[in-house]
Amino acid sequence: MSTFSARVKSVINDNDLQIALSKATTKLSSGREASIASLENADLIRDMARRAKLNILHNLDENLLKFEHRLIDNGVNVHWAEKGTDACEVVIKIAQKRGIKKVAKSKSMVSEEIHLNEALIKAGLQVIETDLGEYIVQLADDRPSHIIAPIMHMTRHRVGEIMHRHLNVPYTDDIKELARYAREKLRSEFLSAEIGITGANFGVVETGTICIVTNEGNARMVTTLPKIHIVIMSLEKLVPTLADLDLMLKILARSATGQKLTSYTTLIHGPKVDEENVGPEEVHVILLDNGRTGIFGSEQAEILGCIRCGACLNICPVYKNIGGHAYGDVYPGPIGSVLTPGLKGLLEWKDLPYASSLCGACKDVCPVRLDIPQMLLSLRKNAIKEKIPFGLKIGMKGFGIITAYPGLYKFIRNIGSLFLRLIGRDGWIKRFPANWLIPTDLLNGWTKVRDFKVPARKSFQDMWIEREKSYE
Amino acid sequence: MSEKPQKIQLFHTCLVNEFYPEVGMAVVNVLEHLGIEVNVPLRQTCCGQPAYNTGFQKDAKKAARYTVELLSKTEGPIVIPSGSCTDMIIHQYPILFREDTDFLPEVTAVTKRCYEFTQFLVDVLGVSKLGARLDARAAYHQSCHLLRGLGIKKQPASLLENIENLKIMTIEEKDECCGFGGTFAAKHPDISGSIMQKKIRNIENSKADMVVSCDMGCLMHLEGGLHRKGSTIKLRHIAQVLEAGLQ
Ligand code: SF4
Repeated sequence: MSTFSARVKSVINDNDLQIALSKATTKLSSGREASIASLENADLIRDMARRAKLNILHNLDENLLKFEHRLIDNGVNVHWAEKGTDACEVVIKIAQKRGIKKVAKSKSMVSEEIHLNEALIKAGLQVIETDLGEYIVQLADDRPSHIIAPIMHMTRHRVGEIMHRHLNVPYTDDIKELARYAREKLRSEFLSAEIGITGANFGVVETGTICIVTNEGNARMVTTLPKIHIVIMSLEKLVPTLADLDLMLKILARSATGQKLTSYTTLIHGPKVDEENVGPEEVHVILLDNGRTGIFGSEQAEILGCIRCGACLNICPVYKNIGGHAYGDVYPGPIGSVLTPGLKGLLEWKDLPYASSLCGACKDVCPVRLDIPQMLLSLRKNAIKEKIPFGLKIGMKGFGIITAYPGLYKFIRNIGSLFLRLIGRDGWIKRFPANWLIPTDLLNGWTKVRDFKVPARKSFQDMWIEREKSYE
Repeated sequence: MSEKPQKIQLFHTCLVNEFYPEVGMAVVNVLEHLGIEVNVPLRQTCCGQPAYNTGFQKDAKKAARYTVELLSKTEGPIVIPSGSCTDMIIHQYPILFREDTDFLPEVTAVTKRCYEFTQFLVDVLGVSKLGARLDARAAYHQSCHLLRGLGIKKQPASLLENIENLKIMTIEEKDECCGFGGTFAAKHPDISGSIMQKKIRNIENSKADMVVSCDMGCLMHLEGGLHRKGSTIKLRHIAQVLEAGLQ
């Protein structure tokens, strides 16, 4: 796989991407701000929601077992999956046993995480994404770039082109018209799918309820029309009670899009009972770990309280400049920079915790107040135990020693300062020439986009001492 | 409230010492103007933030321990002309030493005495009007660690509002990071540069001829970007504009 820096290089000058990102993130962020501001007792609700989430995590084993019992009582089939491939296997088996060929999906990040579509297609199944954004991703053979707005990286114009090319419809960039094209095409597909697959936004321990929120209503169709509904839910999605669910719903849509509630909030308790005439005959819930238990005991355990609102992406200066794909995996932005190394291993993903200026905007907007900057710092601490450039290690060791010995500090500073002033022109360095005294690579990272000011001839302390002397 | 302090310790920060000594002098002048005696502990070095933010917590701890031990030997409030370094000491030191229960009380005793410069002026001394006067159009850049780390927003604003003739220009997306982020600026120049260019555009659009901030890190980064563009916009620490025109 390409490196993080290489991925950044390939997107940073993409004008279309910058326009699309700036429009969408500004709209979502200002929506969030206004709607949280209008929520009475917002701070209290956020605190309570945070507590509910963290409580669940402290007692996860017990809560999961309780949840499983409730599900079974409700007539739901429960499956446990340790890895993503295990979850895919469960789905494939359910389909194959019944000779089913066609499945419809509503948007689910966890299915992206486990590469469900690829696995199902490989097993000979036809998969239809029914969320408009995901549908376009599927048509274009692309990847989602945002956890709630999968095609945030595309301009309207690009969406129009994709539809025109793949669906044989006249080109337009009118959103309503594009949605109409998709709806017409999708409706017939819905009706013939025999399995509906969704994720879950929340699972309520007390009642065994699965909660799914959407704006397009497609999840309603996916969970009611096909004979079988399969829910893939990662372990941390639990909330204790329906009252806690209410707290979450109060902050989720507000933080995500600025809506008070999403257009559709679906609560599922199990398969249809005889006298009903809609709903699936079978409901399956796959409880997926896929690396989560590895995060529980770590300093980043709190990240499992994330309710996937996407607010931290929309406010993040880094995300806003590079978009989701550059992060390299399904969860982009601040949440992804903590989650991906946690789920997949820090060694391979150690660039992500460094992809932040530590500005703290994510922590400010997070509805459950996850301290992402602190988690990034603790990941950085762990990252340097992995392989790091020798020069940097020595440099930082030196830093620790020098800063504790003021005499040495002054001596080294004086040499460095003199050297920098010698290579500077009119007080500025435009690029550092190769030399043996200072780490040119890092410093030329600085001069790549800005000039370097050379140190002052007289330090503050020198000035101070002179002043003190002149008073004597 | 307890009596106003007569004497402070200045933790000038390494950036001010090496690159912006005039900022240190401005801090001294403003404080002395208010009748405060300034002491500079001459054996101070760096708070340790560069190592800490890069993940080298062990090395950062050496700098932090040294700083705490040094400052413990002094008395009175410690004034720091940087939101970022203040946040490092107040919020990150206790995390660094959370398991060193022997040393932690010494750490907390020091962190309790630390104030960012504008916080000290407004919250401790109760001063927001110094009698400064400056003909300029200033855009205020609130650095992230000052704003979100320390929650300092009103203090610099009220100090600036009270400067005679100073016109405060509003900049778009004022709460947005400038892209500095310490070693992030050198490690990810493409991202940092892209964030910086947006900030510079917003500054230019505000028609300001000066950017004022409480953090020299952000200003050094913005100054470097503006200098590369050949811009004439000046960059000033808030102490420098507060010092202007003082009698
Ligand atoms: S970390 Fe917080 S802000 Fe980010 S997606 Fe999760 S809940 Fe939302």
